[in-house]
Amino acid sequence: MTDTTAAPPSEVAKSAKVETPFQRFRAEFFESTIATVALGVFIIIVLLAIFAPWITPQNPYDLAQVSVMDGRLPPGAEAFDGYTMWLGSDGSGRDLYSAILYGLRISLTVGLASGVIALLIGMAIGLIAAYAGGRIEAFIMRVVDLQLSFPASLVALMMVAALGKGVDKIILALVIAQWAYYARTVRATALVERGKEYVEAAQCLGISRARIVFRHILPNCMAPLIVVGTVQTASAISLEATLSFLGVGLPQTEPSIGVLIANGFEYMLSGRYWISVFPGIALLLTVVSINLVGDHLRDVLNPRLKK
Amino acid sequence: MTVFIIRRLMQAILVVFLMSVIVFFGVNIVGDPVYMLVSPDADQADIAAAIQRLGLDRPIWEQYWLFLKGAAQGDLGDSFIFGEPALRLILHHMPATMELAFSALMLAIIIGIPLGLYAGLYPDSGLSKGIMASSILGFSLPTFWVGLMLIMLFAVELRWVPATGRGDLGSLLGIESSLFTLDGLSHIFLPALNLALLKISLAIRLTRAGVREAMGQDYVKYARAKGLSTRRIISVHVMKNIMIPVVTVMGLEFGSLIGFSVVTETIFAWPGMGKLLIDAILQLDRPVVVAYLMIIVLFFVLINLIVDILYSILDPRVRLQDQGA
Amino acid sequence: MRKLTAATAVAFGIMAMAAGAASAEKLTIGLASEPTALDPHFHNLGPNNATTLHIFDRLVDQNEKQQLLPGLATSWKPINDTTWEFKLREGVKFHDGSDFNADDVVCTIERAPNVPNSPSSFGTYLKGKTVEKIDDFTIHFKTAEPYPLMANDISTIRIISNETGCNATTEDFNAGPAAVGTGPFKFVSYTPGESIVMERNEDYWGKKPIWSEIEFRPISSGPSRVASLLAGDVDMIAAVPTTDITTLKANGDVTLSQGVSNRVIYLHMDQFRENSPFVKANGGGDIKNPLMDVRVRKAISMAISRDAIVERVMEGVALPAGQLLPEGFFGVSDKLDVVAYDPEGAKAMLAEAGYPDGFEMTIHGPNDRYINDAKIAEAVAQMLTRVGIKTAVETMPRSVYFGRASRGGEGDLPEFSFILVGWGAGSGEASSPLKSLIHTFDADKGFGSSNRGRHSDLETDALIEEALRTVDDAKRQELLAQATERAIENVAIIPTHFQVNTWASRKGLKYNARTDEYTLAMGVEKE
Repeated sequence: MTDTTAAPPSEVAKSAKVETPFQRFRAEFFESTIATVALGVFIIIVLLAIFAPWITPQNPYDLAQVSVMDGRLPPGAEAFDGYTMWLGSDGSGRDLYSAILYGLRISLTVGLASGVIALLIGMAIGLIAAYAGGRIEAFIMRVVDLQLSFPASLVALMMVAALGKGVDKIILALVIAQWAYYARTVRATALVERGKEYVEAAQCLGISRARIVFRHILPNCMAPLIVVGTVQTASAISLEATLSFLGVGLPQTEPSIGVLIANGFEYMLSGRYWISVFPGIALLLTVVSINLVGDHLRDVLNPRLKK
Repeated sequence: MTVFIIRRLMQAILVVFLMSVIVFFGVNIVGDPVYMLVSPDADQADIAAAIQRLGLDRPIWEQYWLFLKGAAQGDLGDSFIFGEPALRLILHHMPATMELAFSALMLAIIIGIPLGLYAGLYPDSGLSKGIMASSILGFSLPTFWVGLMLIMLFAVELRWVPATGRGDLGSLLGIESSLFTLDGLSHIFLPALNLALLKISLAIRLTRAGVREAMGQDYVKYARAKGLSTRRIISVHVMKNIMIPVVTVMGLEFGSLIGFSVVTETIFAWPGMGKLLIDAILQLDRPVVVAYLMIIVLFFVLINLIVDILYSILDPRVRLQDQGA
Repeated sequence: MRKLTAATAVAFGIMAMAAGAASAEKLTIGLASEPTALDPHFHNLGPNNATTLHIFDRLVDQNEKQQLLPGLATSWKPINDTTWEFKLREGVKFHDGSDFNADDVVCTIERAPNVPNSPSSFGTYLKGKTVEKIDDFTIHFKTAEPYPLMANDISTIRIISNETGCNATTEDFNAGPAAVGTGPFKFVSYTPGESIVMERNEDYWGKKPIWSEIEFRPISSGPSRVASLLAGDVDMIAAVPTTDITTLKANGDVTLSQGVSNRVIYLHMDQFRENSPFVKANGGGDIKNPLMDVRVRKAISMAISRDAIVERVMEGVALPAGQLLPEGFFGVSDKLDVVAYDPEGAKAMLAEAGYPDGFEMTIHGPNDRYINDAKIAEAVAQMLTRVGIKTAVETMPRSVYFGRASRGGEGDLPEFSFILVGWGAGSGEASSPLKSLIHTFDADKGFGSSNRGRHSDLETDALIEEALRTVDDAKRQELLAQATERAIENVAIIPTHFQVNTWASRKGLKYNARTDEYTLAMGVEKE
């Protein structure tokens, strides 16, 4: 891979390959059993979240279906409306199985949407900074400093006050809280790459700036970006839980996994383990599977790790 | 070098000024502090008097102008709740947070880097896989959840250390800190570990990624060819290269540790400025929120400066002049 | 560190025994919220008022049921329509050895409303009162109008020393030099956010405390507070979360002390806007505000099962409420019962009022102010939704909530249509909620300052105002009870329950639970 950077790849070279890069990538990805299992788990979680309304006995967001009389029932108890609560119920009488699946929908939307948007914005800004240099870079990096010094909880509280609670606002708050991490990472890596001989060589060859950035610097930023990306997506989901714990998260009545866990926090010493444990396991499975997939993706995507 | 530092300091002043605008106006659109302060027994006249005393009846730009005038003289306003200068209040609470964040960072480095190094050098060993699996757990679990679990295990069940609070202060070289007494150390252990967990995972992952990448690089191969011992290759060449991203991220993380200490300090009743901040946010003590953020911004800009200088020492290819404005 | 203390205690156990009954015993208490200063006149706030009560005494004391008792004043009575005479206790000494007399009281009354930077002044209780020294141990308070609540108001003011306190700043109190009172404990140290330490006043004029040293530690997170008690860091904690009460009850090492509080949780309804912003017709169209109709308000009250809230949400730790204060308080009515849960009756009454299919609205409430506040709002919404009033829930931090609920709407009017709030009667009698919640909003006279539904009934107003002019206790009791009955009949507000507060201590200790929610070391006893 590294030697292709010296000369522009020709059409001939591309068509001469037996397998496409995607096929090769796929083959390498599925070499790892752990990553394959993790991907499987993640897909199952996503499917469960998507089909939640059809496979749960209760719509936990419809207050006509939730009764406080069903509150804090242990796993396996029978609900007022006749179905069995296999995972028990929480303090407000929501069936935990239903609440977890519905909560996953919100948490996944929040985590993935904020992660992807923050990554794209951060990456673009980081690259612009690294490549433009000079005043633009100085300006951008000061903005990044500014952003990173803002505790996420405060960003969120201000958003909540100005806009009201809601999934879109939380996503916005998380993007604002996180884009700077990507920008900073990209810029730090790019700074090192920029000084390397191959970039100088490329410049001497008269290759355009944009091409150098996208073909040469960007691929080298991918490894650290994926490390940060997995950490950040995972932490976006857990940060959302933390915001709920601090009282500024998503609305109580439409709980995400984070809200369920934050509510469960009160019950941790109460002996009603199911209220905090089951949402905790759901969160753990989700985040761990994302991370395992991300971990392995990094190994596969990183050209320098190839033997 | 001096020119560079002066230029960066001037940029810092600009950043702090811009931040003051954003923070001041941002904080002032949230809620209504009067109702957080007056007693429920207060009648309409009392409420009107309180609004006037706090200056909340003035237009916001005028409030900002008064704030700027005060700030120029080192006065960031008086806390609504405590009636004391906000700056002094924060400085009172700062040492507790600093020692907590510092301890957490040290724990992260002492635990994280060696584990990451091992996992990077022997990626296929069972131990490495165990390390990576636990590192994933480390940042998958919400801090507040882990914090209470740590209390339940170490303080309630095993009774090894106290559950909450800060211990006795000791003094060393003129610095007062609870890190210098046994009682203090026993109090700080759990909160520091709780705060460090996420960073330990991060240090492990960064170090491992760095090591794995470095081991495939040409300079390592040359060094091998030259017959250098593996020990020397790792300790001199590999470590020097991976330290760059680790220093960057860890430098960044110190700021985020201080930000995140809000949660840890709440769980462990640690009397730091994170606790002060969340209380100030929840009670709308605006001067304290603004002053806190101003201090954090300043602090953070300085950390960045130090990290950039460290860069240049660790990697001469990154020249400081490159970033000049 | 507790472990060390325990070890030392064992090591010196024999010596302690030899020393006899006046043993050195330390009590450590974990508080849910800490005071903002040790200046007793700085901030009129529960935690401040409770903590300063250890160092300072008041002329009129309140017992755990908020009944008035002699404190630094031995007796008080009205000597004419506008003058109250207080006789002061003789032979009382301040912690610095100086004598207590009328000069201390006069300077205290002058200082209390005028503390610089005070977030919430005690001026509220001293408005319209002038103080006059008659002799060293006699004081007169004068008002323009007859005023029955003189002793209640005076019981909010802690007496400081003429010599050390009256010219001191709040900072002097926090640092210690001015924290000199006549109270049962003396100041030792104060580290904000961390601890407040006091030692026994060996020369106390009243009942001498059993603890030689006390320490208060703020631990705001509920589960952490419980864990600190279980770990032995503290001997007692205040504000035990309702979720943990069942397990703590089963724990043999822990004693629980419970008592009803003076705080009622209630629902307020928009009764002044033809178009209320958060009330809509089914499907979201505009609708004439149904909450103006007393039948709709009655239906809402009937649709709410107070027992379900108490049993399921509050886990049994609350009392269903049918009026503004629990029984036993001055001014409550003995004719009012808790409104019975009757969903069918509620539906019928809605139909009678012209809403057979209900309507839509939003309940707003805080999520960090009262015990289980967000969950209660949710339970109320569930119950109303089941009778056809499709109710959405929006809860928010109190910092955002109270400002919006009080004057967040157009023209600085209350923003919301249907809200959950609580009221603690600081004076310990019924005029407090009647005056602030029920009386017509009237900024000039200072009535109805928390009447966020703007309920208005002139006849109720007249009863309340008359009560506030009636010095005769029996007559006033009757007037307050009548006003309460009328307010409940008109469904001015819907009370849901009275909070019950819980303290937990290690085995062998118990706490005399207080209706004012104060945590006082004087009330911690050995079993």
